[in-house]
Amino acid sequence: MSNRLELADVSWRRVSPKLVWVELAGGAIVALVAAAIAVGMFILQAWVPFVIVSLFVAGTLVKLVITPRRVRSIGYQLRDDDLLFRRGIMWQRFVAVPYGRMQLIDINRGPVARALGLSELKFVTAAAAAGVTLPGLAEADADALRDQLVELAESRRAGL
Amino acid sequence: MPPVAAALTDGQWHRLHPASPLLRGGIALIAILGVVVANLRERLVSLFIPRFDEGGDPVDYVLDHGLVLQALVVIVVLLILFIAGFYLSWRMHTFRITNEVVEVRSGILFRTNRKARLDRIQGINIVRPFFARLFGAAKLEVNQAGQNSNLQLSYLGSSAADDLRREILRLASGTRLAEQRAAAATPQGLLDRRVAELLAPELDPNLAPPESVVKIHLGRLVGSMVFSESTLILVLALIGGGIWIGTTGKFYALIFALPSLLGFFSFYARRFTKSLRYTIAGTPDGVRVGYGLFSTSNETLPPGRIHSVQVRQSLLWRPAGWWEVRVNVASHSSNKGADGRANTTILPVGSFDDAARVVALVLPGFELPNFPRVAPDDGFTNSPRRAAWLRPFSWRRNGFASAPDWLLLRRGAIWRQLVIVPQPRLQSVALSQGPVLRMLRLAAIQLHTVSGPIRAELGAIDRDAALAFFGHVAQAAVSSAQRDTSHRWRSGEQPGLTTGGLPA
Repeated sequence: MSNRLELADVSWRRVSPKLVWVELAGGAIVALVAAAIAVGMFILQAWVPFVIVSLFVAGTLVKLVITPRRVRSIGYQLRDDDLLFRRGIMWQRFVAVPYGRMQLIDINRGPVARALGLSELKFVTAAAAAGVTLPGLAEADADALRDQLVELAESRRAGL
Repeated sequence: MPPVAAALTDGQWHRLHPASPLLRGGIALIAILGVVVANLRERLVSLFIPRFDEGGDPVDYVLDHGLVLQALVVIVVLLILFIAGFYLSWRMHTFRITNEVVEVRSGILFRTNRKARLDRIQGINIVRPFFARLFGAAKLEVNQAGQNSNLQLSYLGSSAADDLRREILRLASGTRLAEQRAAAATPQGLLDRRVAELLAPELDPNLAPPESVVKIHLGRLVGSMVFSESTLILVLALIGGGIWIGTTGKFYALIFALPSLLGFFSFYARRFTKSLRYTIAGTPDGVRVGYGLFSTSNETLPPGRIHSVQVRQSLLWRPAGWWEVRVNVASHSSNKGADGRANTTILPVGSFDDAARVVALVLPGFELPNFPRVAPDDGFTNSPRRAAWLRPFSWRRNGFASAPDWLLLRRGAIWRQLVIVPQPRLQSVALSQGPVLRMLRLAAIQLHTVSGPIRAELGAIDRDAALAFFGHVAQAAVSSAQRDTSHRWRSGEQPGLTTGGLPA
């Protein structure tokens, strides 16, 4: 019997596999900067900061290696009355947001994502902690999904 | 409807109390100017009149040089400018109340216009600073969701503010029922009226039935401050400091300890005077929280504006059986609550019965279960035994329960607490699991509400139970939000069937 969290009767819609490149680009920049700092510390023979920064670089590299799996773990489903969202392998997280709770929808495009034709859609409610962010949607899909979500929210409007 | 409020809610533009600019900051300005002039008189004079270098009194200088006329002209012009500024800012500050919105326009050079939709009002707060009370004025604040989005009417006549609040709440409640109120016999003379207002009970006895009123006993108030975490810190600091001084013999350090001690005592004194005359009462238009001895404040929270409620007790309070009740609300009042704490502490201290009554007031229809006692049949699904690795003391009482309209989370063995989330207010729900929880076949649940002091989270519960709860909550959140009509909380009422203590 698995200890992992799995929801029954859910067919997840996955985000674009191209999101891997966006995540890799971001992670690679962090890793490069951190590595440069590590080299600097090595030259200065400051051993304690060197070890800390090196560990950080190693952690970032591990994260880069599992990026494809992390991207595959992101999923969402539009159910009748709410949006279901999941992400994470080690730290799994599932969120269910009723459409009527929508306050606004943000669409962001970073430079790498824009080059690959991807958008990030953020579903904002009155609760700050919800944090439902769908990265790696094709631009047209993100716009269509936004319009669909706004329409759904309009028909199920609830107060605060 | 009282004539003042009837006139104010006719949808036309109205002005505030004529003394408003003075009360809002004029007095402070004059006081500051006075201090500046008194201290820097000669510097200022020599700055503007370089020839003036004889020392002595500027009045003598003016007299000696025959400048009386010029000096008088300058003073009169300055006075006229001040008065014109005050008058203009009063003229330009107008408000109106229609059936849909409360709207304020203000500003001389930079105009601002702010509208508050009546069905989105989160609370109405009436504040009477001591100085304004002497003038018979009060500040009315209409709270809206979000940061810095409140609408202030400062200042109004004291009784006009009370009437206006009742009218705004009546319009907001969605009832089209005009309530008649027996006009109380008000004393005629100006002085008599002021004295009557100053001595009036904090809560209008017509407004709430007495059995719904919760008060704080004086002894309990003092006790709750003595047995608080800040006292613990103070005592620890005193002991630590005493030992340090005793062993090192640096007695001069006592001089530095004095200011912080004074700070502590002024902190206690402020908390004490602000919590005096604390009352919570249920009125037909929501919960009314009032407090204050010299400067008074009272806030009405209409039904359905409470997003979550927490009943909690620290270890120090357990022998006395005292509890604290806090709430999450969407608005952020610019006025601090009782104790100088945020207004989210709705009951600073009270017995379990008091806490139960307050919870029943803020969540109509909810009965506080005897959650401190753990029983197999109390409806809570608690953590399994293996959760003791993560919750060594509290695993037996770390659990959730769901009633038709409420979600309950109980946690903590040392800081015991119960969090109640009304389902129609729930924004979203999350289920999460990290590697340690996975190893133990556990999971964590977060119920998302508007931000506030309460975090409705529960860790280390059984994986299967958490999955079932997640599914249940996700469904319940949708269905109860659709049933909810509390944004117009009395819209279903028929004329003539009004409930509550108001005489028809």
